[in-house]
Amino acid sequence: MELTRRKLMQITAASAAAGAIGLPARAQDINELVIAYNVNLPSWDPTTGPSAVNPTIQGFYQSVFDQFIQQKPDLNPAPGLLTQWGWNDDRSKVMMTVRPGVTWHDGSPFTAEDVAWSLARAADPKTGNPINFIWSTLENFKADGNTVTADVKQFDPTIFKWMYFLTGYVLPKAYYEKVGPEGFEAAPIGTGPYMVQKFERNAFVQLKANPNYWGGKPDFENVTIKFVTDAAARVAEVESGNAHVTLEMPYEEYDRLKGKLNGVAAPISDIGMIFLNDVDAMLDPNVRKACAHAIDKQTIIDRLLSGYGVKIDTLQTPQYDAYDSSISVAYDPGKAKELLKASGYGPDNPVKFKIQTTKGFKPKDYEMIQAIVGLWRRVGIEAEIEVYEIAKHYELRAADTLAPAAFYNWGNSVGDPSTSTGFAMFGPSPHSVWDGKDLIEKIGALWGEPDEQKRIAGYKAVDRYIAENALVIPLLQYVQPILSAKGVKVTPHASGALLPHLMKRA
Amino acid sequence: MRLLRTLLFRLVSTAVTLVGVAVIVFVVIRIVPGNPIAMMLPPGATPEDIALLTAHYGLDKSIPEQFFIWAGGVLQGDFGTSITARQPVLTLVLGRLPATLELSIMALVIAVILGGAAALTGTRERGTKIEAGIDVTNGMALSIPDFLWGLILILLFGVAWPLFHISGRVTPSLDLPFTTDFYLFESVIRLRFDIWADIVSHMFLPALALAIPLAAIIGQLLKQSLKETMHFDYVTLARTKGYGETRVITREALPNAVLPTLTLVGVQFTFLIGGTVIIERLFSYQGLGNMAIDAVINRDLPLIQGIVILFAVIFTVVNLVVDLTYALLNPRLRHA
Repeated sequence: MELTRRKLMQITAASAAAGAIGLPARAQDINELVIAYNVNLPSWDPTTGPSAVNPTIQGFYQSVFDQFIQQKPDLNPAPGLLTQWGWNDDRSKVMMTVRPGVTWHDGSPFTAEDVAWSLARAADPKTGNPINFIWSTLENFKADGNTVTADVKQFDPTIFKWMYFLTGYVLPKAYYEKVGPEGFEAAPIGTGPYMVQKFERNAFVQLKANPNYWGGKPDFENVTIKFVTDAAARVAEVESGNAHVTLEMPYEEYDRLKGKLNGVAAPISDIGMIFLNDVDAMLDPNVRKACAHAIDKQTIIDRLLSGYGVKIDTLQTPQYDAYDSSISVAYDPGKAKELLKASGYGPDNPVKFKIQTTKGFKPKDYEMIQAIVGLWRRVGIEAEIEVYEIAKHYELRAADTLAPAAFYNWGNSVGDPSTSTGFAMFGPSPHSVWDGKDLIEKIGALWGEPDEQKRIAGYKAVDRYIAENALVIPLLQYVQPILSAKGVKVTPHASGALLPHLMKRA
Repeated sequence: MRLLRTLLFRLVSTAVTLVGVAVIVFVVIRIVPGNPIAMMLPPGATPEDIALLTAHYGLDKSIPEQFFIWAGGVLQGDFGTSITARQPVLTLVLGRLPATLELSIMALVIAVILGGAAALTGTRERGTKIEAGIDVTNGMALSIPDFLWGLILILLFGVAWPLFHISGRVTPSLDLPFTTDFYLFESVIRLRFDIWADIVSHMFLPALALAIPLAAIIGQLLKQSLKETMHFDYVTLARTKGYGETRVITREALPNAVLPTLTLVGVQFTFLIGGTVIIERLFSYQGLGNMAIDAVINRDLPLIQGIVILFAVIFTVVNLVVDLTYALLNPRLRHA
């Protein structure tokens, strides 16, 4: 066929007309809830590989799979697939009761055998579960009727909290053994509120409401979660009506749009903090304490984060079990100067060290450190900022070679002090930066403490000791901004997971 | 004969280049800070747990050992398994390659159309305000980077006047009857113009963002070549025969003036594919570039290696094709 100019123009006109047919719908049927999510979902197995310990994608998993124990939006546990759980008197056994009448997405019955198998699989290091060392504190899992029992190999007072934390998911034994890991990856099933309809890697996942969900059928029958990793694009998605819900946008954008759309900004379990390493200048308690007293946290939150943040002085947020509001570190630049003077430092003779930070990994992370360095300069601290990628932070932290000060954000969606103060400040932990022997002894004594009240009181005492000696500088609890269309009401979850089954028609 | 010798030489140098890229990439991504094990360590992991995880992903061996294991696999078509997606790397990258190729080709087509039109119009209207306007527009198009064009286009045609889709490659609710991942081409072959229109609506803005800077380069270079060619004797002869200015430019001057632009387009096409990394991210387009960013963030070493090798193959093959095309089109080289 000879391509004449006329024919070319005809084809162009036809293309334009056809393109117009494919234009995005402005008023999408609310039966198909579209969520613009801020991260990709790399893999469907919630118990193995890096995805399993990535807190930002747990919302996907919790939409399809149930955890052993359910976690309410306020972080407290609630009966889920397990309706009862506990130890025997001498803490040598755990007993769990399984919810009857639950079915998997393929219609097959959920049984106690599934729970026992999931626990045993999680404890098996060959499966690649990064947290198998927690699960392997239990052994000899047995299912009998609606009951599951296991022997306690090493007592861990938080074992049931892990059942609603990372990798604490129940998977279908018979189905998984039938289809294998690749088959499960291609067509995952769970007992959760939504079933996977279609999954396009790096693009979207389509979910359909589970009509037999034991917790009641979700409000929205069809949900499409698009992976929109760029914050500006996410804002455009929800502003243009292409998506009904989105999260994690700049606070300025949230403020701009929260009148036009529904907005909810609630504190989540992530905190911003400055690790102090026991090297160089940080070996001097006066310097550490001066660093802590010279930071005006509230002003930083107000000016840089538009007020969206909660000032904290320990590694516990108000929602955590061991939060103690009586522990505080006041903003007192005068005291900071006095402390530095006692060690021979001052504005004319500043103490010098390096502080490391990410840039853009968390909202205004670099800007916060810039502000802190500015405040420090006023009292006689000269800190040089080094920007690094979060991957480098993990590597340096695991090798205990971080700079004397390093900004980081710590997540702890179960709210237990062992997974905040415990792991962050216990020297032998690969995530700890401060290695003082006194702290190792104090925290070490609490790991296996069976008396819960005594354990929590012990952590409060440890937090007070840490604050008094400035062994770490907690800064703030983050607030997660969520925008939704007027027809959608979102219930935020304090873990930071955006869960479609908690969304209702407004 | 000379052409054949050139081809053989280029094929050998291409193979050497790819081996070099493989070695460099393999070593560099293992030396730079940030290993995947440190990223997935949960709180409380002991040194034994770390050693167990490291061995699980084969990272406990020395770098040369790891390289030879990986290279041995590559020679048998096994590029390893992605740490994050737990899928074969080759399946993942080949699954995404069509999306990136389609986007790049669409961007190239748009760039050639816009740049060509600007050059032809500028040549025809040389010395007038229209040419000056085209020069100013070209300058603006060049000085704004593609990702910023992307943001501008999202705000204009995604939010202010929502004419096009601003994320993804296709509407999720559409049932795709395709057997390949070349959605755009296959939709045409299957005469599914409804799907084709949906795909074009998704691709147009990212392709345009990629195309604008390239269109400016093409426009500038082609216009310059055309203006030089317009002074040649055979062009003057065509004019004396009474041909109109448009015919003189398109039929007489363009065939000779287009050669330098063709070389440039070939080279720029490889940069265009590189540019998809940011643009795909911005438009949440599920191509190789978007996947590359995730792989780097997650330190998914096998996937990074696979993507870089594939990009290297594309770059070298495109350059080879451009050189051969140039040799075929250039009579001096063809008859040498």
